[in-house]
Amino acid sequence: MMENQADAMPVVEATDGPVRQRVVNAELVEPSPRGGLLEVFQQSYVLRLIVSRQLAQQYAASLLGLLWSYVQPATRFAVYYVVFGFVLDLHKGTPYFAIHLFTGIVVVHYFGETWNGGTRSIWQNKGLVKKMRMPREIFPVAAMLVAAYHTMPQVLLLVVVALITGWNLTWTAVAAGVLGVLILIVFAMTLGLFFSAVNVFYRDFQNIVQTVLQFMHFLVPMMYSFERIWAAHETHPVIYNIYVSNPVAQAVLLLQRFFWYPLIEDTEGLGRQFPPDLFERGLVTLAVSLVLLWLAQKFFTRVEGKFAERL
Amino acid sequence: MAVSIEVERVTKQFTMQYHPTLKQMAVAAVRRLPLHEHFQAVSDVSFTVEQGESVGLMGLNGSGKSTLLKVINGVMPPDSGTVRTRGRIAGLIATGAGFQPQMTGRENLFLNAAIMGMSAAQTRAKLDQIVEFADLGKFLETPVSHYSSGMYARLGFSIAIHVDADIFLADEVLAVGDRPFKKKCMAKMQEIRKEGTTIFYVSHATASVRSMCDRVLVLESGHLTYDSKVVDGGSVDGGIAHLQYDDADTEAKATDEELGADV
Repeated sequence: MMENQADAMPVVEATDGPVRQRVVNAELVEPSPRGGLLEVFQQSYVLRLIVSRQLAQQYAASLLGLLWSYVQPATRFAVYYVVFGFVLDLHKGTPYFAIHLFTGIVVVHYFGETWNGGTRSIWQNKGLVKKMRMPREIFPVAAMLVAAYHTMPQVLLLVVVALITGWNLTWTAVAAGVLGVLILIVFAMTLGLFFSAVNVFYRDFQNIVQTVLQFMHFLVPMMYSFERIWAAHETHPVIYNIYVSNPVAQAVLLLQRFFWYPLIEDTEGLGRQFPPDLFERGLVTLAVSLVLLWLAQKFFTRVEGKFAERL
Repeated sequence: MAVSIEVERVTKQFTMQYHPTLKQMAVAAVRRLPLHEHFQAVSDVSFTVEQGESVGLMGLNGSGKSTLLKVINGVMPPDSGTVRTRGRIAGLIATGAGFQPQMTGRENLFLNAAIMGMSAAQTRAKLDQIVEFADLGKFLETPVSHYSSGMYARLGFSIAIHVDADIFLADEVLAVGDRPFKKKCMAKMQEIRKEGTTIFYVSHATASVRSMCDRVLVLESGHLTYDSKVVDGGSVDGGIAHLQYDDADTEAKATDEELGADV
């Protein structure tokens, strides 16, 4: 009778012979991941697999493939260049307006992709998150690396154009570039990490992020000159301070100081292109961003235990 | 012998959310209804497993078996109490592996093995064995979303059993496999059992628990009510008797032995 049961669980008896003693060279530890972001980088092989998978997947079943990540910034650049440069005449008084603009587009693109991709990342990988033990920070970090991969050729393009145009790099410019990149990465990662966690609980956040990103292009000095913002610093000090406190705006300014400003031969007639306290502000922002990243990590660790049950 | 798994007063509680939207929350607040209800999935469970023990975990549906395995595996931390494990853990939780549906079988294989701690070289060395055991044939390069449930389960089991883990968790994994594959899996589990791997086997099929395990834990609505190692004169049979799937109809019981399948 039993043998007729097709779906019955077959019984396989243990074979004879000695049972081997297995010696495990490891400590008795808690199995749930505790290392946070650090553990992500210790598991660089898993991270690499996830990043390359993400890249392959993003453009699966598309004819242009990876080219799409250049079409978007390119069209945005063209539209802004024509509308703001020619129609609204904002390129007057801004030499090398194209580079001024494109630097901003690259920064905002990277920021947006890291934040947006990070926010969705845990939800998108719920199959793994629910069943496998791994540091979950790996998903927002992977989103950040994917964004970097997409942005890298645009940065190279900027470098090439700058070299052709005549790039008078100074140490100040290099310092600005390094500071700008650090602020950008730390701040974008902070938001990606924090929002990836809250998005598990309320999916509204991925829409909120997209809404905020829509006007990010207008909150940084790229299609208009910083001069116009500076003009308001005495009459509207609060608005001015809010504007320059934005880490993304600071990253844009610092990278313009790196890519764009050294191209200009005659800086005499130029109005104020950067806040006077560009570097001091930048260092403070970097410090604040690092503290925020630490807080985001603490928050992530606190709610991570609920991911598996809520996804 | 070394301790392999140490579970101490572990409790895991789930929050059931009844009012997910703002509107519903407002309504609930006005009517003074509770927003959340808690559900104790695992309550105050303690036990210790030595390296090389093969433990059967039994209990009715919803008694907390999968939750307990998730806590041991590290997918969720316990709300209170501690879990500590030694060495590499592999296994399948709640009928199926953690796969990414859009990825191919091969990509999932490498990713799963990597998460369980295998390097690229180690995975490549075992690749043929894994693929052969899973019997996927040409479907290795197909996204797993196109797999039949049997293929999905076969690949998941094959990866988990080949990563050379110190602890192997099998949670009703074989529910969807066909009989020949189930048999193959049971034989493979007997094999790693002999190699000294700690095994945690969740099943409703009493006969297969009897042949696979030398210890039985029984969970009843989250509480550990029987541990054949702790109870006086405890045995695997004792645990199975304690569980009493019941209606005491002897004939029905006889089929249940094997049938129970793995629901």
